[in-house]
Amino acid sequence: MKTNQPINQSTGSPITLLTNQLINQTLHLADTALILGQRNGEWCAHGPILEQDIAITNITLDLIGQARNFYQYAATLINASENKNETEDSLAYLRNEREFKNLLICELPNGDWAQTVLRQFLFSAYQELVLEKLKNSSNEQLAAIAAKSLKETQYHVKWSSEWVIRLGDGTTESRDRMIKAIDTLWMYTGEFFIPANYELTEVHLLKETWFQKVRSIFEEATLAVPENTFMQSGGKSGIHSEHLGFILAEMQILQRTYPGAEW
Amino acid sequence: MNIQVKKFYYGDIPEENTGGTNPENNYAQENSWPLWEVFIRSKQGLDHKHAGSLHAADAAMAIENARDVYTRRQEGVSLWVVESKYIHASNPDDAEMFYEPAADKVYRHPTFYDLPDEVKHM
Repeated sequence: MKTNQPINQSTGSPITLLTNQLINQTLHLADTALILGQRNGEWCAHGPILEQDIAITNITLDLIGQARNFYQYAATLINASENKNETEDSLAYLRNEREFKNLLICELPNGDWAQTVLRQFLFSAYQELVLEKLKNSSNEQLAAIAAKSLKETQYHVKWSSEWVIRLGDGTTESRDRMIKAIDTLWMYTGEFFIPANYELTEVHLLKETWFQKVRSIFEEATLAVPENTFMQSGGKSGIHSEHLGFILAEMQILQRTYPGAEW
Repeated sequence: MNIQVKKFYYGDIPEENTGGTNPENNYAQENSWPLWEVFIRSKQGLDHKHAGSLHAADAAMAIENARDVYTRRQEGVSLWVVESKYIHASNPDDAEMFYEPAADKVYRHPTFYDLPDEVKHM
């Protein structure tokens, strides 16, 4: 009997929808962490003060570490189901824009310090909720990565929310910059809660909790929460802004020019 | 004549957009963040030891900066920070009268007692 069901080359068993779903879900988590890590890494040696330079690059290293864990797991899943030879490096360095499933907010330029810390807050507050759900997932591997990442993310939320408060409730200039950052970034938060067809977490159910957290920090920072804003989306399914291509060009050029190069 | 040379490297962030290096605006700003001394307890049961200093706007930021700067390699399980201005130090000029008189008073060391074998951890 012939079906359209793809077959695992090594075991002969059909590739289930669930496996594909799990691979895409894992890649989404990996890409999101990697691209934000790559962006934040641009601050290295350019931070506003030595101590904060180290703080933002620590967060960068946390994110890239999370990405590695997710990529390694995704590679295992892909290799087991499709008889390929993917690695964490091939997934990070040899895929194209449309294959990247990161959230749009991660690929946006850093802007000034206000925009960078606000993005970290909006994203980390969301990521914390996602990881909490994943920690209780029936998939042991994802649950273990989530449990490890969650401790890091909780610190990212604390660090970034204090910066939002400090700048929002700070000087006229810091406040103006934070308001400008909110205007720039807010439209990229809607995508968080639109479930992609592969997502195992019911992300739309996280919206209210996330919103409460953001509202409480904004209130402390004397900042207004935008209402009825147009929301961008597409990152989860590979439809990106013009910025991602430039990030990938810079990030991937070495592996694409000298395949397999090590240092 | 005071000429300010501006450096621009490809891909670099112009100096007026970075912190710290431009004396006109950012240097003064950096100096306005007070200095803090950092003490780290490396594991439970040990004392907090002085590790270094850093800049921070307030105590909460000082703790977090200390976490990021001084405990990246698992150096600690507990942190203290105190603003440097609250530390009072002995005057180096007093060193002779402060410390040298102790040099010939060996009897202050508990080395003239025979410890019984039963006493451990001394």
